[in-house]
Amino acid sequence: MTEGTLIKVGMADLNTAEGGAVIKTTGLGSCVGLTLYDPVLRIGGMAHIMLPSSDIARGDQLNVAKYADTALPELLDRLKKMGASPGRLVAKMAGGAQMFAFMGGDSMRIGPRNVEATKQMLDRFSISLIAEDTGGNYGRTVELSTGTGIFTIRSVQFGVKEI
Amino acid sequence: MDVLREVGNIGAGNAATALSTLLNKPVDMAVPTVSLLPFEAIADRVGGSEAVVIAIFLRVEGDAPGNMFFIINREPARRILQGLLGFAAAENDMYSELELSALNEIGNILAGSYLSSLADFTGLNMSPTVPSLAVDMAGAILSYGMLQFGTMGDDALLIDTTFLEGQQEADGQFFLIPDPESFDRLFRALGVPL
Repeated sequence: MTEGTLIKVGMADLNTAEGGAVIKTTGLGSCVGLTLYDPVLRIGGMAHIMLPSSDIARGDQLNVAKYADTALPELLDRLKKMGASPGRLVAKMAGGAQMFAFMGGDSMRIGPRNVEATKQMLDRFSISLIAEDTGGNYGRTVELSTGTGIFTIRSVQFGVKEI
Repeated sequence: MDVLREVGNIGAGNAATALSTLLNKPVDMAVPTVSLLPFEAIADRVGGSEAVVIAIFLRVEGDAPGNMFFIINREPARRILQGLLGFAAAENDMYSELELSALNEIGNILAGSYLSSLADFTGLNMSPTVPSLAVDMAGAILSYGMLQFGTMGDDALLIDTTFLEGQQEADGQFFLIPDPESFDRLFRALGVPL
């Protein structure tokens, strides 16, 4: 992986990047884009989290990238295997919007719940969340540059923002 | 799959008639497609996850719950507003309150006619919630329709119907994503042995 490489993370998916590569996910609504970054080794990972907890999973196969409680441990494992030090990792995240305002019911408050669940997991693994851009009622595309650790957020209404 | 395609045919056929009445010109529709798609691929149907679309979203409640989206691209939306309100809509992404409210009402009428014909045909009780409109990235909007499927797997079943106005393609699209537990009821209501 070199400077300028773009690694895409799909919905309910996760991946890692290094060597200046950029890791990106598009069209986050209620989903959360969580990144972990080791600023010394310049290794980073991103998960596109769709739901707060794997407790509600049905069916045979569990996609660990989909749930906040399983995506974070998996991302952490992968980064450790690449040499990242858990103590150095810092987290940034964006998303968790409520695109449609009128809805009652739990499934429609999924954005805030995804954010809460992700923060709980970060707490549990003692990873500090150094920046976030969550909530609101709009979609976001996010990318993390492993060269700089800069997390860029793009939205239709507000243009480009870096955290 | 044929049965579900028929579901799209019945619903959208009626909605096309309603749209045609609103615009006072003929509106056709393409044969509905029914497919089990990975979440990512659903947004690809409307130009990709980052494509900006106008979407009216509502929940279907009753015997066969699900999510419904009426998705319209910016250019056809402008033509429809022009036809309906008699003046040109905004040039950019900014829509006035009046335009947004008109689009929301169009979505409401179309979704209502889609559902009422489907309810008549199946004998199932299906009612729409109040619709909500968003102008945003397709991925961010459509992911709301996949949450119910999200607990089961990484695919959702989509009944996709495209409206055509004369030769102009893809004026609007109806996405019906029935909740996983609704299939049995739809099949049974349509007389398909399980």
